[in-house]
Parts: sequence; C-alpha cells; structure tokens
Amino acid sequence: MSALPPRIHLARGTGRAAQYLALLCYLVFLAFPLLWLISTSFKSPQELGRIDPTWIPQHPSLDNFREAFEAQPLARSALNSLIVAGSATLISVAIAVPAAYILVRYRSKVSSAATGWVLVSQMFPFVLVIIPLFLLLKNVHLINSLSGLIIVYVVWNLPFSLWMLQGYVKAVPVSLEEAAAMDGASRFRTLRSVVLPLLTPGLVATLMFSFVTAWNEFFFALVLLKSPENQTMSVILTRFLGAEGVADLGPLAAASVLATIPSLLFFALLQRRLAGGMLAGAVKG
Amino acid sequence: MKGRSARERVPFRGTAPPRTPAARKRYLGLDRGAWFLLLPALIPILILSAGPLLYAISLAFTDSQAGRTVATQFVGFDNFADLRLDSLFWESFRIGLVWAVCVTGFQLLLALGLALLLNQNLRFRWLARTLALVPWAMPEVVVGIMWRLVYHQDAGILNKTLRQVGILSEGGNIDWLTNLSLALPAVILVGVWAGMPQTTVVLLAGLQNVPRELTEAAQLDGAGIWRRFVSVTWPAVKPVAIAITALNFIWNFNSFGLVYVLTQGGPGGQTRLPMLFAYEEAFKYGQFGYAAAMGVVMIAVIAVFLTVFLRKHLKEDPS
Repeated sequence: MSALPPRIHLARGTGRAAQYLALLCYLVFLAFPLLWLISTSFKSPQELGRIDPTWIPQHPSLDNFREAFEAQPLARSALNSLIVAGSATLISVAIAVPAAYILVRYRSKVSSAATGWVLVSQMFPFVLVIIPLFLLLKNVHLINSLSGLIIVYVVWNLPFSLWMLQGYVKAVPVSLEEAAAMDGASRFRTLRSVVLPLLTPGLVATLMFSFVTAWNEFFFALVLLKSPENQTMSVILTRFLGAEGVADLGPLAAASVLATIPSLLFFALLQRRLAGGMLAGAVKG
Repeated sequence: MKGRSARERVPFRGTAPPRTPAARKRYLGLDRGAWFLLLPALIPILILSAGPLLYAISLAFTDSQAGRTVATQFVGFDNFADLRLDSLFWESFRIGLVWAVCVTGFQLLLALGLALLLNQNLRFRWLARTLALVPWAMPEVVVGIMWRLVYHQDAGILNKTLRQVGILSEGGNIDWLTNLSLALPAVILVGVWAGMPQTTVVLLAGLQNVPRELTEAAQLDGAGIWRRFVSVTWPAVKPVAIAITALNFIWNFNSFGLVYVLTQGGPGGQTRLPMLFAYEEAFKYGQFGYAAAMGVVMIAVIAVFLTVFLRKHLKEDPS
C-alpha cells in the first residue's frame, strides 16, 4: 500500500471520510424511527400531549406497557400468534423437508413443475388468493378460527420453505446417500438417517424464518379472524389505532415494541444465515 | 458445475442401470417412495394454492357476492367491462404503479449504496449490518405504527426536527399523512425503509462475486471510484440486482399492510393501492366477483411489466 503515489493516499483519505459520512446517514435513517418508537413507549400521556416533543422521556415510566395489556387482549393475542405461527411453521417445514429432498435429487417433470409453481405463486396478489380461501374455509366453518389461519399459513409458507430447503439439500454430498443406498437403505431411511442430520443448521434457519414470517403476517389474519379473542398480535395492534387516527399513543407504542421482540430475537440468531438461505436456492441451481 | 449436475441426475450410482424401458422410466422419474415423500407438500399446494387460484380467476367472470342467497351466475366479461369504466380503480392503479416503481427504484439505489459501504472495511460496520436487519424482522403493522408516530403532527419527531433545522418555520406543523400532495411521498419513504434491508442483504451477497484482483488492478491503473464501479463491480452484481428488483417490484405492487396502517388509503384515496381497493371491494362491500377481476388485472400488469423488464435486461447481457 505504501508504494502508492501520495495523490492516491490523499484521495483515499477524503474517500474514507465520505464513506463514513454516508454510513452515518444510513445509520441515522435506519435507527431514528426505532429510537422514536422506544422513546414514545416510555412517555406519559401528559408529555405526549405537548406540542414540543423531546427525544428523552422526561419522566420515563412503564405505565404504557401496563395500560396496553388493559386496553386490548394483548396477552391473549400473543398466545394466539404463538399457536398459529408455531404450528404453521412446524407443519409446513415437516412436509417441505421430504419434498425439497425429492425435488432436488430427482430431475423429473413433476419436480420442475413444482419448482416453477413455487416461483409463479409468488406473483399472485394476496387478494386473489384470499377470496377463494375465504369461501372455502367458510364452507367448512373455519372462518374466525385459529385452525383455519394455520392451514392458510402452512400453504403460504410452503413455497419459501421449499425454496430455502432446496438450497440446503443441494449442499449435502450425494456420495453419502449412494453409500446408504448400496447398504440397502430405503428412500425414507436415507432421508432420515443420512440427509436430515446434515440438514439441521439449514432446517433451523428455515424454521425460524418461517416462524417470523407467520408471526408478522397481517393480511390473512385481518380477513379471516373476526372476534378479538381469536385475533393475532398484528391485528390486535391495529385496534389500538381506533376509528379516528391514533387515540392513545403511549400504549400503542408499548404494544408495538412488545410485538417486535420475538421476531427480533429470532432474526438476531438468524443473522448470519439470511443471505445464504435467500441465495442458496438461486445460485446453486 | 456441469459434472455435479450430471451426477445429481443419477442419484444412486451404486444401483445397476435399468434394462427395460419401464424400469428406466421409474429410475429417471419418480418411484413410489419418492411420490410418498413429495405428496404431503404437493397436495396442500394443489388444493389450497393452485386450485383456489384457478377458482379465483373463474370467479372474476361471475357476479359472486358475499352473503347472497341467489346462486352465483356466469357473467362473461361484464366485470372487466365495468372495471374499464371505473375511474376510481384506474386512479388506484396509477397510484399503485407510482408507489411500486418509486419504492423499488429507491430501494435498489439505497440498498446498493449501503451494500457497497458494508462491503468496505469500515468501523461501525457491524452496527449498520445489525440495524439494517431490524426493519426486515419487524411486523409490517409495527413499521406502519412506528412511522405514524414519527409523522404525527404534534407528538412526532419529524416536524420538530424540521423546525430545528430551519426547513419549517417556527410555527410550522405539517400533517404528513393527511396532506393531499405529501401523503404518497411520505408513504413511499416508509416503503423504502421497510424493504431496503432485504435488498441490501441480497446485494451484499452478490458483491462477494466481484473479483478482488480485478478491482485492485483497476485501482492501480488509476481508475476512479465511479469507473471502477461501472466496469468491475456492477457487471458482477447485475444478475443479482435484476433478480431482486423484479421480486421487489412484485412484492411492492402487492403490498397492503403498511399503507393500511399508515393511511387506510386516504386522504381522498391518494394512497389507495390496488390491493387496498380490492380488499375493500371484497370484504367491505362483499363484491367477490368484481374484486377477483381486479386481482386478475393486477396479475396481467405484473406479468407485462416483468416481461418488458426482464427482456430488456437479459438482452443487454449476451450471456
């Protein structure tokens, strides 16, 4: 590096400064709404009513969090979200693993059609999907029930789970399976005893990603769940908004902070795998 | 790569090659064990995804309504003829396109900038990496609520900051989300904030494809930052950038939750995206057939946009 002419050194210096300045701008843009949400959640109603807001709450308190639980069935909705996201994730990944394995290892017309469908299904607007599902679930009396929403989430999560898992399956060396086949292991046995253990890290990533997607989902839950005691957290949060704009800013902010915590935890654990998972299906094809 | 895919096509090399045509077909296609593993995923997809979609498309040609006792009738292209004259729908469509194009465009530009920065050896890079993931993890309802707090006329931080910097006058107080000309840009900004992380992560992964020695060679040859970007970096990330942009466009055009929470489509329909319009039509007014027709038109538009976009960019690239 020291062999570079001085002009380049100078240019480097200003370049670095510009880079740090740009990074700072990004940090501010990304962080300020988050900090504001957290700040608001600790403010008293009197302070929120004032015309000149401050970044630091003057008398920070946890009252908003308490009130959030009183104003809406927040704990119940958290439980609902947990049940729906948890079951939908387990079911969809459980059926996606064997399917992803077959789609990767067998090149047949069925495989390419299924993979094609996974991609095409991403294109359809949800409103087109929800109308027939709504009619279908209504016929079997699964509107306004958590089971109905679980079914919808399983199907809705499947394409992405398949997509992520295919990438991970491709990374498993074929030679191991060949050895198992030579020893007379069945397809199912090979999958269970050879592929699955090697797939575990990818499986965990897919499970977490799928859970976060279901936990955060809003549209299907809004359409399918009617009574407050059945609603998931995303839907309950919109009830804080009231009919005419924001009624109670403090509890609204507090409830929003709480609803974000599970997703954030999972994402923190997932961080390193995200890019790999997103691209695995595409790049290794 | 070639050797590997050839190997994959013959998954169990240890078994003897099949002799009869029937056996060969079983060998190359799916045998019973394979079907057994594939069906649990295939059946729900067929019954609850492919089936309903075909059903929805057929609904677009009927007068299906919620809670009606009279049997639904086939009405041909009536819904589409009505749609053609529905100026509210076309206005919503125009807003949807403005929204999708702006959000997708800014997402790409900002995400590319951030990805390039994160790819440098800068201090505080970890902080930016972590922060950049947060919007992705947040429920979109929370993102909407959060920005409502930022945009809030009195208790929001945006007006206060603008007053402090001197862009707004002392008593200036803008109600961002109910102002006819500001609501759409304000909502677009939120869309960019919410969607940037995913694009950044994907582009950052794409940047790992840029050959390091080429960048260094260009630098020694005295190529400036811009020149290095245009002739070394961009060609390497371009395929990834095109793929994520196409996906972003689809996602943004079909977006719902953010704007539902921020403005519910207001003021005066200025932010009523096509998804919001169709949602109201279907679940507020119960016009299932009409809403399905809107959905079909939306698919058609996405398909046309994607074809034009991908053809243009794939043509430029001879490989």
